[in-house]
Amino acid sequence: MKVIKLRRGYNIKLIGETVRTVEQAPFPPKVAFKPTDFEGMKPKLLVQVGDEVKVGTPLAFDKKNERVKIISHVSGKVSEIVRGERRVIEAIVIEPDGKQTDEGLNLDKENFNKESIIETLLKSGLFLNFVQRPFNKIANPADTPRDIFISAMDSAPLAAEDSFILESNESSFQKGLDILSHLTSGKVRLSFKPADKTFAEFNNCELYNFKGPHPAGNVGVHIHHISPIKNANDIVWSCSVQAVIRIGRLFETGKINSEIIVKVAGSAAEKRYYYKTIIGAGVSSFIGTIEEDSRMISGNVLTGKKIEETGFIGFKDNLITVIPEATKPEFLGWLNPGFSKRSWWKTFVSAIITPKKAFQADTNIGGGNRSIVINSIYEEVVPMRILPSYLIKSILAEDIEEMEALGIYEVSEEDFALCEYICPSKTEFQHIIRKGLNLMEKEG
Amino acid sequence: MKFLYDFIQKFGPLFKKGGKLEKLYPIYEMGEGFMFVLPHRTKTGSHIRDAIDMKRFMITVYVALIPAFIFGIFNAGYQHFLSLGITVTIWQIILKGAIVVIPIYLIVLITGGIWEVLFACVRKHEINEGFLITSFLIPLIVPPTIPWWQLVTATTFGIVIGKEIFGGVGMNIFNPALVARAFLFFAFPKAMSGNSVWTVFGGKVVDTYTSATPLAVISDTVSASGGIIEVLADKGYTLWNMFLGIIPGSIGETSTLMILLGLLILLLTKTASWRIVLSVFVGGFAMITLLNQFAPEPTHIFALPAHYHFVMGGFAFGAVFMATDPVSSCGTNTGKYVFGFLIGVLAILVRTLNPAYPEGMMLAILLMNTFSPLIDHFVVQANKKRRLKYAS
Repeated sequence: MKVIKLRRGYNIKLIGETVRTVEQAPFPPKVAFKPTDFEGMKPKLLVQVGDEVKVGTPLAFDKKNERVKIISHVSGKVSEIVRGERRVIEAIVIEPDGKQTDEGLNLDKENFNKESIIETLLKSGLFLNFVQRPFNKIANPADTPRDIFISAMDSAPLAAEDSFILESNESSFQKGLDILSHLTSGKVRLSFKPADKTFAEFNNCELYNFKGPHPAGNVGVHIHHISPIKNANDIVWSCSVQAVIRIGRLFETGKINSEIIVKVAGSAAEKRYYYKTIIGAGVSSFIGTIEEDSRMISGNVLTGKKIEETGFIGFKDNLITVIPEATKPEFLGWLNPGFSKRSWWKTFVSAIITPKKAFQADTNIGGGNRSIVINSIYEEVVPMRILPSYLIKSILAEDIEEMEALGIYEVSEEDFALCEYICPSKTEFQHIIRKGLNLMEKEG
Repeated sequence: MKFLYDFIQKFGPLFKKGGKLEKLYPIYEMGEGFMFVLPHRTKTGSHIRDAIDMKRFMITVYVALIPAFIFGIFNAGYQHFLSLGITVTIWQIILKGAIVVIPIYLIVLITGGIWEVLFACVRKHEINEGFLITSFLIPLIVPPTIPWWQLVTATTFGIVIGKEIFGGVGMNIFNPALVARAFLFFAFPKAMSGNSVWTVFGGKVVDTYTSATPLAVISDTVSASGGIIEVLADKGYTLWNMFLGIIPGSIGETSTLMILLGLLILLLTKTASWRIVLSVFVGGFAMITLLNQFAPEPTHIFALPAHYHFVMGGFAFGAVFMATDPVSSCGTNTGKYVFGFLIGVLAILVRTLNPAYPEGMMLAILLMNTFSPLIDHFVVQANKKRRLKYAS
């Protein structure tokens, strides 16, 4: 097994860690599927408000690729289509009847050739778990990926522990790995922390150990160090541990299993456990009391999406983080010695007196927007052979060739989340990277 | 502090878009940001952000400069009374120093501030906190006898030509404070060189007082005997004196001790790049060691050992506060080693080989500022080449 040590990066230690037990959440009164969870999808609805749906009923398809469909994982009635700006479909909300009646799809779980596996995954909607690099978007079922990468070591703040999610699902996980190995022309590559020895037991995949601070768990970092993406046509896929388990279960039973495990974390949430619930579940069904004026995030604090209290878990997320919103102005903030402020920089007293203590973070930007002044610091939190500030500037200049040469194919938004975090000029790195990826895909 | 916050907010609409004083918005933003860290919430991207901002960053650099500034006040007074041969109390020394130094600082601050605000209002960008540092650096690198009108001209040149014409902080090629210093050096050479500008005299100078700086002393050792260290000691310049900084020179750069204190603050808070500081000293050391081998006689300037060079003139100050300017130095970590090393080499080269410029640090840094994009270019090319190798 290859062990890769990373030195650069930064662990943000937040308070609000979760108790390591799984609670059974009640069946959610509302479930939603959000096309916006799938980067690059242009959804077209197949259902209307009031339609009856079953487990396995297609709800929408992708106009760019009609084989890719969003599939309902519950039975019930479509109660609402939420639209955002310019009538973008944000969510297809279903009121489940709780019976989980099956569509009777006749999923093929015996045939292990690539085409029939893909067909089964498309029919069950589980195909949407795959994310493609380059461009960090939904995969195309017509592609045969060079490799499939799985990160079993989410290193983001308060991230769900993949080894805990895996517990008592080992056989499904193995089954999932077996299935995935038929989809790629190369290998399934599984990366995990040296401490999680259970992952070392799995077959039909290449195993890697990564050591180091966040973003050591990012799949982009793994790809970069194991076998980097060469060009726009060098396609690899990735998916989460939970997705592999779900794919495994699909092929074990021949049925769509809607159950997932979601972690609730963050200082503003009171009942912090792992919850067993339904994919796309309304968070209010299990989250319990949260503090007033707090922000709920589907995903982690660095890359997740803001959701309302009436919102739903993202399709690929296994974490709900709740943190307080910024509310109070701080008088002469620049003079504050900063006993409770935390920074990658060591300009606050806390860096000396309590350097290792976890702290409470809120949503304050903490300063005004300025031009980038300190160019070299971003290198310190990107453990790849990438020069972040140069890449960012090439994107801002819309210089396609330069972007390509500087490695835009190898990165995604999440790899630059820490740059955004530590930036004293408050530059929106993730937004810029997304812009660059979109531009590259269009023009490149 | 709620009433104050509300009070400030009340004036917001006046300055914001559509308000009567819309054009002066940068001033409002500065005042508001100075008084409060606003509860602005993250909208896109990362939901939490580091507590640092440009203000905090610059304030930290500012704090690191304070020891050198305070010592500069002390030393200006101390040298004054020393030249007169009068023994006085520490408070009299500080008072005299303050009378000399504080106006210099205020003149630079006001001149720089006016230009900064003017450009911010015209260009519609925020007032950059970097100007706080520039206006603190300039007083530290000028002689205490500098005529005020020259200071105003130099500050204007430094801020406008050195920074604003490029688009403000973050876009400039040269360190604005050094541009101001270079302007003074070339435009008003009489006020910036020679032996009489480094001390504020004020009467009859006693015979025991040496007004020539140590760098001037070592440049002129024709008739001396013994070793170069003895030549220096003859004039009262021991290693210890120069390390403490109780010697004539520019206001803030004489005390290596205070500069090291500043360096400690900068490095502990990560606000300066250790790579640059380290490699400046390594480059200087390498060059000095080389020159030591070629010293024709023991009194020759080539014979001076490295630790003497480091405590003399602006070497330490330049290495710690000028070369580390994040904007005009290299933007890649690899490039920083080369950048720093060459500054060290060039500074010693100019200092020892060119009798017209006794101090080489300023020119070395400005020259390397010019070359830093080139160094970065090579680092970036190497990065691209490496990628090309596996991409094809």
